[in-house]
Amino acid sequence: MKWISLVPVIAVGGLLLFAAQDFPEWGDPQSPASQSPVSSHFINNTGVDTEVPNMVTAVLADYRGFDTMFETVVVFIAGIAVLAILKGSGGRRRGARRTYEVEAEPDLIVTNTVRLVVPVIQLFAFYVLAHGHVSPGGGFQGGVVMGASFILIALAWDLDHALVRMTLPRCMAIAAAGIIIYGGIGFLSMFLGGEFLDYAELERVLPVSREMARYHAMLGVEVGVGFTVTSIMFALYANLSSEGRLKGGL
Amino acid sequence: MFEDGTMINELLIERLNYFIYVVLLLIGLHAMISKRNLIKKLIGMSIFQTAIILFYVSIAVKDEATIPIYKAEHDPHGAASKAAALELNSTDEAKPLYAPAELQPEETPQYANPLPHVLMLTAIVVGVATLGLALALCLRIQQGYGTVEEDELLVKIERADARYSQSPLAKVTTPRRRPARRSRKPRTAAQAARTSPKSASSPKSTGPTQTKSSAPKTKTTQAVKKSAPATRKSVASSPKAANKKPAPKKSPGRKPAGKTSSPKKKGAE
Repeated sequence: MKWISLVPVIAVGGLLLFAAQDFPEWGDPQSPASQSPVSSHFINNTGVDTEVPNMVTAVLADYRGFDTMFETVVVFIAGIAVLAILKGSGGRRRGARRTYEVEAEPDLIVTNTVRLVVPVIQLFAFYVLAHGHVSPGGGFQGGVVMGASFILIALAWDLDHALVRMTLPRCMAIAAAGIIIYGGIGFLSMFLGGEFLDYAELERVLPVSREMARYHAMLGVEVGVGFTVTSIMFALYANLSSEGRLKGGL
Repeated sequence: MFEDGTMINELLIERLNYFIYVVLLLIGLHAMISKRNLIKKLIGMSIFQTAIILFYVSIAVKDEATIPIYKAEHDPHGAASKAAALELNSTDEAKPLYAPAELQPEETPQYANPLPHVLMLTAIVVGVATLGLALALCLRIQQGYGTVEEDELLVKIERADARYSQSPLAKVTTPRRRPARRSRKPRTAAQAARTSPKSASSPKSTGPTQTKSSAPKTKTTQAVKKSAPATRKSVASSPKAANKKPAPKKSPGRKPAGKTSSPKKKGAE
């Protein structure tokens, strides 16, 4: 009976391939997407509007700031949902080791390597986060790198070792703080006379021009995103790898 | 075969990225439709997502264009804009430090389209978060039903539904919260012995019948879950039974609904 599923798959594939023939050629600068006034506006005006060299960051955090804010909220809600689903679900096996789980000392070479590498990874995460305006990077990327450093600690030793540094309540507090930072900057610019997330109004509290106010507010927003993504990545790993028990190694 | 205008040429040479995106999308779609294992479905979903990302990124590409970050001559804080500001200073009182200028339309094709990159940037992170949520749901299903195979799950859910609809008494006397509350505090062997010395000594708790075949196993674990008050003591009664996997395979689950809500009958067996 499984072959029946091939029917819709092949039908969809045929339609898509048929449509693909009408797509613009690879790298065509005259394609409708490249000619659209929206992206042309972003490319031409980002430097004047915000003084941010990286257009992706500018579009992400400023022009489409509302979208990004709720993307962050989605990440936060996913983390909370995982917590709610798995919390206390270990059942009668809680604390007891499974048959396939083995007790092993953390490896000497691995732990020492991780000890050396983790500070570098975290520094790099801060660099990616803070340098997102002028080079590829930003809050999401820096946050993921930062979360990966905690996951690396959990992999090299065990989960308890990482949870000492980043307890789950602390995780959720940091994640919520990230969203509060993002929303706070939005509301602040609203109370200063602009619209929600209209960073240019922050010039009244920052000693810079309107363009540079947008530039710096974007950094604040990216920091908020980085907070949320860091802690949610680690919370996801901690809950999923231990089935909500939050103890023991992988 | 590869001359101009043929379909092969159009798809495989000029639009290879779109061809790969369609193939990836079909692999993901097929996995989501035909696989019975929920984890395999999730893998299919991730492949599907990757196909969409490839599609968007392919759209953003322009020939001869660089990444959407301003080159030195367009950098709002670069030397060019400083020079422009110096020129302005000769006439202007305001003395701006920088004078970033708007790009001319003929300069636009120098940069790739930033918009698809932005959309996919957030989509990737949100995709990871939702994948984590889906995996958590799978874990919970596995804990509740002992399987992530769709067909086995459907059989079990149907059986559980039938059991509930058969006996209204069972619905009342077996609150759903029970198993969750029990799991909250870890039950040590000593604790278990204290709370139920009777059943610990009873020979029943070793689970004498049908421990091997898998079909009865699925039935009985299900029944044990539903009849939480009845088997609560006996599940954790002996340290052996509490720790070993085959422990919940007790005799009462074998029989249909009425049995599940009567603790006395269990002892009488």
